Amino acid sequence: MDPFLPVQKLADYLTYSVFNLAPKTHLSLALNFFIYDSIKIFILLLVINYLMAIIRYYIPTEKIRDFLTKRQWLGFDYFLASAFGVITPFCSCSSIPLFIGFLSAGIPLGVTLAFLITSPLVNEASIAIFIGLFGLKITLMYVLAGVFIGMVGGFVLGKMGLEEEIDEALKKVIKSAKNKKTNYSFEKKQSFFSLLKKFWDEGWDLTKKIFVYVLIGVGVGALIHGFVPMGFFEKYLKNGSFWSVPLATILAVPLYSNAVGVIPIMQALVSKGVPFGTALSFMMATVGLSLPEALILKRAMKTKLLVSFFTVVTLGIILIGWFFNFFLLT
Amino acid sequence: MKIAVLGSGCATCKALYELTKKAVVELGLKNEVEYITDISKIIEMGVMQSPVLAINGKAVMVGFIPDVEKIKEIIKKNLTNV
Repeated sequence: MDPFLPVQKLADYLTYSVFNLAPKTHLSLALNFFIYDSIKIFILLLVINYLMAIIRYYIPTEKIRDFLTKRQWLGFDYFLASAFGVITPFCSCSSIPLFIGFLSAGIPLGVTLAFLITSPLVNEASIAIFIGLFGLKITLMYVLAGVFIGMVGGFVLGKMGLEEEIDEALKKVIKSAKNKKTNYSFEKKQSFFSLLKKFWDEGWDLTKKIFVYVLIGVGVGALIHGFVPMGFFEKYLKNGSFWSVPLATILAVPLYSNAVGVIPIMQALVSKGVPFGTALSFMMATVGLSLPEALILKRAMKTKLLVSFFTVVTLGIILIGWFFNFFLLT
Repeated sequence: MKIAVLGSGCATCKALYELTKKAVVELGLKNEVEYITDISKIIEMGVMQSPVLAINGKAVMVGFIPDVEKIKEIIKKNLTNV
């Protein structure tokens, strides 16, 4: 049985009884979607953010770094770095310290970039929303796609010999930081119950912080659901599975948004006939390829590395879009 | 005691700086809060996140916490240690 059935009942009750709207009108459809989706996503966000707070407590970024430093993984480290990118919360403010921190620890450039690529593409919040809007199976494919882009992108970039294309001042920092130990530690001994509370606080903080973006995204999505006719985009995107993917990717670059705001819009577009791969590419490009992100990274990378980085990620996103359009969901 | 906020110059880092200044005032301290955007300083502390709240050159909090009370608590705790 659908565990969210009570939420649907509530949305129906509010829409048709409390607000007294006639069923099957544009407005009531949009409102119904809005209530249902926002409550459902809110619940999922709370649960997943809680789980992720636990994981993060036991696997902090420092541990991931040490883990990747200690062993030679024969290519498996690309996968691990990329997978770790999924569970790490990502704020673009952290991307440079993280980038330099990984390199300082002696992690190869390619592996570091694998982590950096996947981190914004897939994160806990986007997973929660994907589950809510697309179901488990598609969520799993989305996560795998994100990890795959990071892995392959990191691997390709690692083979391009770009190790020297890093900001000169930071290169010195990397050299001097090698063989040096981290000089901070946080108290780790906490009782079980205070930990449970800590996880809750952390999850709740995160949920609060992003929920406004979710509401905006769900709001726009609900309008599309209610007012745009079924199959609207199919008319324009007829046989568009091919060219619409690169177009959507390029169009998304100037847009800078949080993944959590884009996914509900993406889902609404898909339900109106936009091919799934096209919508996925659009969403990934919005979060993974943005100008503000490029400006931040510019402080650490020389132009050649920056351009290569963005080119490889763009190609990866386009390929994933085609892959979904042609092989998976036709 | 030196209180500093280190960041890569993003909006969140700036927000932590403002919050920390507020926390210091509310605690009745006379300290200046320094705002550092030099990334190499963050790396030297061995931290891989930003922003960072540092007291006497030691990172005491990483990541952004939008809560003045928590920041006050952390500053107070580290005051007694000095």
